[in-house]
Amino acid sequence: MSVLRAEGIVAGYEPDLPILNGVGFELRAQEIVALLGPNGAGKSTLIKAVAGLVPISAGQVWLGDQEITRLPPHMLIRRGLGFVPQTENVFTSMSIDDNLRLAAAILLKARRAERVAAMYQMFPALAARKSLIAGRLSGGQRQMLAVARALLVEPKVLMLDEPSAGLSPKVAAEVFETLKQVRDSGVAILLVEQSVRAALALADRAYVLAEGRNRHDGPAAVLRDDPIIAHLYFGGDPVAQPSPAS
Amino acid sequence: MNLQFLADGLLIGAMVGLGAIGVTLTYSILGFANFVHGEFIAWGAYACLVIAGGIGLGVGMDIAPVGPFSIGWAVLIAGIIAMAFTGCLALALDWLLFSRLRKHGNAIVLVMASFGASMALRALLEFLFSSEPAYFSHELQIAVPIGFGIRVTPDQMLMLALTLVLVVGMHLLITRTTIGRSMRAVSENPSLAAVAGIDVAGVIRKTWLIGGALACASGIVAGITVQIRPYMGFDLLLPMFAAAILGGIGSVPGAVIGGLIVGLAESMAVQFVGAEYRAAIAFLLLIAVLLVRPAGLFGKREA
Repeated sequence: MSVLRAEGIVAGYEPDLPILNGVGFELRAQEIVALLGPNGAGKSTLIKAVAGLVPISAGQVWLGDQEITRLPPHMLIRRGLGFVPQTENVFTSMSIDDNLRLAAAILLKARRAERVAAMYQMFPALAARKSLIAGRLSGGQRQMLAVARALLVEPKVLMLDEPSAGLSPKVAAEVFETLKQVRDSGVAILLVEQSVRAALALADRAYVLAEGRNRHDGPAAVLRDDPIIAHLYFGGDPVAQPSPAS
Repeated sequence: MNLQFLADGLLIGAMVGLGAIGVTLTYSILGFANFVHGEFIAWGAYACLVIAGGIGLGVGMDIAPVGPFSIGWAVLIAGIIAMAFTGCLALALDWLLFSRLRKHGNAIVLVMASFGASMALRALLEFLFSSEPAYFSHELQIAVPIGFGIRVTPDQMLMLALTLVLVVGMHLLITRTTIGRSMRAVSENPSLAAVAGIDVAGVIRKTWLIGGALACASGIVAGITVQIRPYMGFDLLLPMFAAAILGGIGSVPGAVIGGLIVGLAESMAVQFVGAEYRAAIAFLLLIAVLLVRPAGLFGKREA
């Protein structure tokens, strides 16, 4: 059963200049799906459009059986759609604790302290420095705080835009390990990632975009050896023809 | 040396600082220099005057001065109502004008629109009340000595105390409450604030309400300690911007301390250099501080 589904998404920053031209995807329960593609394919635009940050001019998005197309971002998080942007994903002028308490504000008062405590338990490195200003955290710690902020409100779906960007391979591996734990806890994950090998190692399935359209999709294990992927990323010869989104 | 300039400077600084809180919040959250803020000061003061008169006439409340002060309970109650009115006026102006222009995302258009709206509101005020000064009270105030050769009137002490209460209240609101954290979040990164579950449009509405209410408080302080004129807000506008920039855009304590520095610099200039140089001295100080700390005293440097 799909927890997040998008069909025929046309979206862009300017009304007459769509970056996405009818893109779609499906994310099922307890699944990690990666959105792949070369630079300019529209991966980040797609995830931002679903998050309500880029206007959608056509197409629909469903969260479970509820249509959420064009809902403002603050309503989407209340419906259970968490989003971690690629950069500037924590409030750098606030402490770690204030970052989390800010996110907790949409919960019932009785649950706020409990959820903040749960995040500190999940991310002990953050608990050790609650009052530290987030701007002084390392890239990996910021990513952890951003994930904690998004998970604090118990989303059904977590979307991440290039969570390994700017991180060392060791720290990126730690972030991916955390994402596996998040998936195992019952949260479906939609991931945009430039590091194709890492994404396909982590994901259950993947969609490949190019020039704002679906080019290919399938199980991650199959796509790892796919000639289209090799062509798009490694300059190999494509054998298979582009296929529409399933 | 006569230290009277300290008391005068603190009072001017309190008025400027109260108004500068609204300027700094609007600038940091909405991203433009709002020239209408001066008019909120004048409109707030006139609103308080009219409401106080209405309370005296309509409700029959005793408008006689209380204790050593030149004003009665009617002015204090009217002040609270006027703060709500001015907040709503700011909100209405945002709904009518700025929210529509904000969609185009061009700060200079917003600045020019605020300039136009400022002139229109000032002209309307002059049309309604004439350019003759008005007063909350014609009671004579005797300045009392408080030591070191400084004399202050009871009204001035009351206004300083009220300012202190409002500033501390604002600081606690910004640093300790959910709405305060939301305002800081929207100021730093509106997109991230939205995906963190904050209703950015709601925060903007609250910013207008709070900024308008504080501008009104500043106008009431100025009206009680000096006089009420349609140009009273316009005259405070440049010192308020100086205070907000001096303190660091986005910082509430910075705006207040910036206001106090501007106020003290102006009153020192009056005493030691000459009244005609008061604005020049204050702005020379501003330039000097910005040369050393470009982000202001409490502002955050760009990464």
